Amino acid sequence: MTPYEKWVAYYTIIRKEVVRLLRIWPQTFLPSLVTSTLYFLIFGAFLGSRIGMVHGVPYIMFVVPGLVMLSVVMNSYMNTSFVMFQSKFFMRTIDEILVSPTPPWVLIAGFISGGLIRGIVTGILVLLVALFFTHLVIHSVAIIILFLVLSSLVFALAGLVNGIYAKSMDAVNIVPTFVLQPLVYLGGIFYSTASLPPFWASLTRFDPLFYIINGFRYGFLGISDISLWVSFAVLGTLVLLLAVVNLYLLKKGLGLKQ
Amino acid sequence: MEDLALKTTDLRKTYADGTVALTGVTLEVPKGDFFALLGPNGAGKSTLIGIATGLVIPTGGALSIFGVDAFAQPERARRPVGVVPQNLNVNPFEKVIDIVVNQAGYYGIPRAVALPRADAILKDIGLANKRENIARELSGGMQRRLMIARALVHDPEFLFLDEPTAGVDVESRRAMWTYLKTLTSKGVTILLTTHYLEEAEQLAKHVAVINHGTIVAQGTIDEMLALADGRTPEGEAFRGGKLEEVYLKLTQQAPEQN
Repeated sequence: MTPYEKWVAYYTIIRKEVVRLLRIWPQTFLPSLVTSTLYFLIFGAFLGSRIGMVHGVPYIMFVVPGLVMLSVVMNSYMNTSFVMFQSKFFMRTIDEILVSPTPPWVLIAGFISGGLIRGIVTGILVLLVALFFTHLVIHSVAIIILFLVLSSLVFALAGLVNGIYAKSMDAVNIVPTFVLQPLVYLGGIFYSTASLPPFWASLTRFDPLFYIINGFRYGFLGISDISLWVSFAVLGTLVLLLAVVNLYLLKKGLGLKQ
Repeated sequence: MEDLALKTTDLRKTYADGTVALTGVTLEVPKGDFFALLGPNGAGKSTLIGIATGLVIPTGGALSIFGVDAFAQPERARRPVGVVPQNLNVNPFEKVIDIVVNQAGYYGIPRAVALPRADAILKDIGLANKRENIARELSGGMQRRLMIARALVHDPEFLFLDEPTAGVDVESRRAMWTYLKTLTSKGVTILLTTHYLEEAEQLAKHVAVINHGTIVAQGTIDEMLALADGRTPEGEAFRGGKLEEVYLKLTQQAPEQN
């Protein structure tokens, strides 16, 4: 395929995914908005005033970046894992691409872009909802965008590995429910690790979401429990590692071909 | 100049569960041929097509399409190939026109070029009035025709048809035969698997019979029909078609008693 033909194949995968996302918007975009509205209501309006300030900012302002990131990573992950699993298991529509000359890396790029679009759009929508509850402070737009894209990328790639390997719907649902969600909640959405006992604070350092949430929060508030460079290094390593794993799986056909 | 559309040498496949599907298939399909691959359920027909179209990973052997090694250069080998799988695998929620046009996209054909081409094929195949319907609104026979339209949109030189007329009514089947004959008259090579032996007798120039993963006979349709002597494998008078009689002898199955 020429570079232009590869671009057409990539565009086709994305276009198809955007049409799907918009067709079923009550399933793709709405749930995160409802959940985050409840969080903002409970932790902002109801409990926030009693908790007071964290790192010198109102509690509601402290939790906004984490809640945005929660919707970004969950949506990015679930989009690629579910779309891949559905297309290989229920309808076998993945064969439409597998029989074509579309190279594996274009297929990966297309699926990942679908995850990025859903994750980032949902994140922006949640951020807009947050404006109804608090005003936003922005320390660095560049860091916000960088963390938004990199985090979405990491979880879209991870979701794709899950979707390729999953042999049942349970295997697709288990990771977000029993792995991803606890990691996100324990990664410091609702609290600063500075307020934790030393043992739990050290344990949090093994949670990749801790680095993501802190980096993203730094973009808004200019405060973080750890160095920004450590966060970048963790994210960059995960992107590279997961991209290589996906490429290997697709090239070998593992999980997709018999 | 390569005058073979497909060449397999000692092609072998053993699935992960230990099922031996192909035990060393050596086959040649001339360019421009209408080739029928016949065999009972589980004989290895779909596995062979799966390997040729990149959906099944072979255990051993070699396979080339128009002289291109399909294992060394899979994307280049798949480019001139169209495939209609045995099982329905269209996205039930996608529009008919989108299914066909998206397939063109995976071959690097831009939407503006693919749209008129898709409309022409849908008209030829009798689905023009279903253009805007979603696939699940189509009958099983119509979905089969849609899969043929999808396989043709990139103008393939080699078409793999895995039981394309299964579950299709007599009128539609006849119309499909006429359409397939038109394609071969334009130089398209077709490899067809079917359980309707009169279909193979009507359409094929060459026939191969596969059983237990190995080719048990191959030749021109006249050579195959010459093997008939009007007797069943048990030596009784045979009242079915000539090809059916030969097929049953080759696959060592007794005809059904009426």
